Amino acid sequence: MAFIQVNDLTKSFGNNTVVKGVSFAFDKGEFISLLGPSGCGKTTILRMIAGFERPTSGSITVDGQDITGLKPNRRQLGMVFQAYALFPNLNVGENIGFGLKIAGMPAEQRRARIEEMLKLIGLAGYEKRYPYELSGGQQQRVALARAIAPRPRMLLLDEPLSALDAKIRVSLREEIRAIQLDLGITTVFVTHDQEEALSISDRIVVMNAGNIEQLGAPHEIYNKPATRFVASFVGQLNNIEATVLEAATKTVSIDGQIATVPTLPTDAATGSAVTLTLRPEVLSTFPRDGNDITLTGTIADVTFLGSVIRLRVALGQNIVSLDTFNDQRTAPPARGEPVTISLASKDLLVL
Amino acid sequence: MKTSRLWPWLVFALGAAYFIVPLIATFEFSLRMRRGEYSFDAYASVFADPRFHASFGYSVAIGLVTIVVGVLVVVPAVYFVRLRMPWLRPFMEFVTLLPLIIPALILVYGYIRLYNSSSIIPFTGSALGTDILLTGAYVTLALPYMYRAVDNGMRTIDIGTLTEAAQIMGANQVQIIGQIILPNILVAILSGAFLTFAIVIGEFTIASLLNRPAFGPYLVNIGTNRAYEPAALAIISFIITWGAMGMINVLGRFAPRTSARTD
Repeated sequence: MAFIQVNDLTKSFGNNTVVKGVSFAFDKGEFISLLGPSGCGKTTILRMIAGFERPTSGSITVDGQDITGLKPNRRQLGMVFQAYALFPNLNVGENIGFGLKIAGMPAEQRRARIEEMLKLIGLAGYEKRYPYELSGGQQQRVALARAIAPRPRMLLLDEPLSALDAKIRVSLREEIRAIQLDLGITTVFVTHDQEEALSISDRIVVMNAGNIEQLGAPHEIYNKPATRFVASFVGQLNNIEATVLEAATKTVSIDGQIATVPTLPTDAATGSAVTLTLRPEVLSTFPRDGNDITLTGTIADVTFLGSVIRLRVALGQNIVSLDTFNDQRTAPPARGEPVTISLASKDLLVL
Repeated sequence: MKTSRLWPWLVFALGAAYFIVPLIATFEFSLRMRRGEYSFDAYASVFADPRFHASFGYSVAIGLVTIVVGVLVVVPAVYFVRLRMPWLRPFMEFVTLLPLIIPALILVYGYIRLYNSSSIIPFTGSALGTDILLTGAYVTLALPYMYRAVDNGMRTIDIGTLTEAAQIMGANQVQIIGQIILPNILVAILSGAFLTFAIVIGEFTIASLLNRPAFGPYLVNIGTNRAYEPAALAIISFIITWGAMGMINVLGRFAPRTSARTD
């Protein structure tokens, strides 16, 4: 039986339904990300799991117990907030020990657990500092320690990295994942950052407008997006407008260049317009094994990103993006240069 | 000095003089009890009066009880309105302003009519009952100040998230208010407390009409019977009031710092 089970969960605020009959189930120890743009209902789902919002309908079960009607302080969950939410009047040690004190743990045991937590987050010796004396990253680590100190059944993370700068965001997310794997704690992570979700999750729930668009492992979500929304929200996507030359043979014209595609939408008739989508990394400026479509164009723009160079290639009306590795021995291509790009037809997504 | 700076300073000096000159005059007069030389005889006389000690002690006691009751009423009210019923805030603002609009005289006549010895709740029937009534009246009188102080204090902390953070860790409402909210707005509460104290110490109308032996009626009584002591008392009560105001300033420096350093 699944460790956390969300059944037909709905939440309405007045006439506005923000979560529309969402269901999912996950096993113990999984790291689950709820990913989607703002207003998609992901935070509302997390807040309903935490008990801060009451579902309009549906149920939430954790470890076999129906917690839908339970007060937040009875759910035995840990949570980390975007705004850290450390108690300003308590020092680091007291913050971490807060949940333990509420649970009635004796002072001696509490001290040992606080020390263990401080070591876990790499802040040993910071026990007497106050939140205002810490940087954002340190505060969020303390918040994480505070959430897991009472050994909760599940950890909820509400965009915990959004308020931090880029470098710390990456290092802290790796730390969170390492701690999560180490403790084996089931974790629900809410984020609007697809890179964050892809990098640390076991499974991702992609949400849009209160519904689940797709649920799956990061590579499934990225490589086999179920809907156009998932394809465009997760990762970069090129849209190529093409005209069907012959529906039976699946031949299309891309700005006058002819290509054969593996599939076409069922309603695509000869002469109609179709949109082909593909990831930037499937495009290549040199011949590659298995690349059966070749297109020519001119370089419209070059963005130097360090290890990677992002090219925008105009095929006519269509402009596609592709990434190439920076080769230190050759200069990056110049704007206006003609270029031949190739791709494998099997990599085209017809959504 | 530039002309542009001269005018503001002149206006400030005139304003300050308007307050300070009478104060200096009162102080100077209070020193004249002994003929031909300055002395603190009037102050000695005031401090030697047992009625001064009794009335001052009484007002301090009532003031402290007023503060405790005020905090117990206002803190949970502001907390729950901010957290659960933000739409009630304009109404709260209006209600807490009423004591500034309704004269104390009307308030106390209303109390006497409602709670006289022949009413259902005969508060004025006993000394203790009248003390309770007086405390209630002072809580009402201090409401505009206590409410604003506490409300400002809660504005500086994110009570919603702090409450949720404490809740998810198992804390109940009493633990959240007692261990998280109160300590974080302590400075604001103390500001409200000193303002309340300053009001209660000098209050005359309600204490006098309820016939309680408070400091305000004592001040007025001395004022009508003596020459130099009222001046000395005016200076003493001024020092007490300003001392309370000064404490608010001092305490402001100990306000909890909530913002994080940037990375």
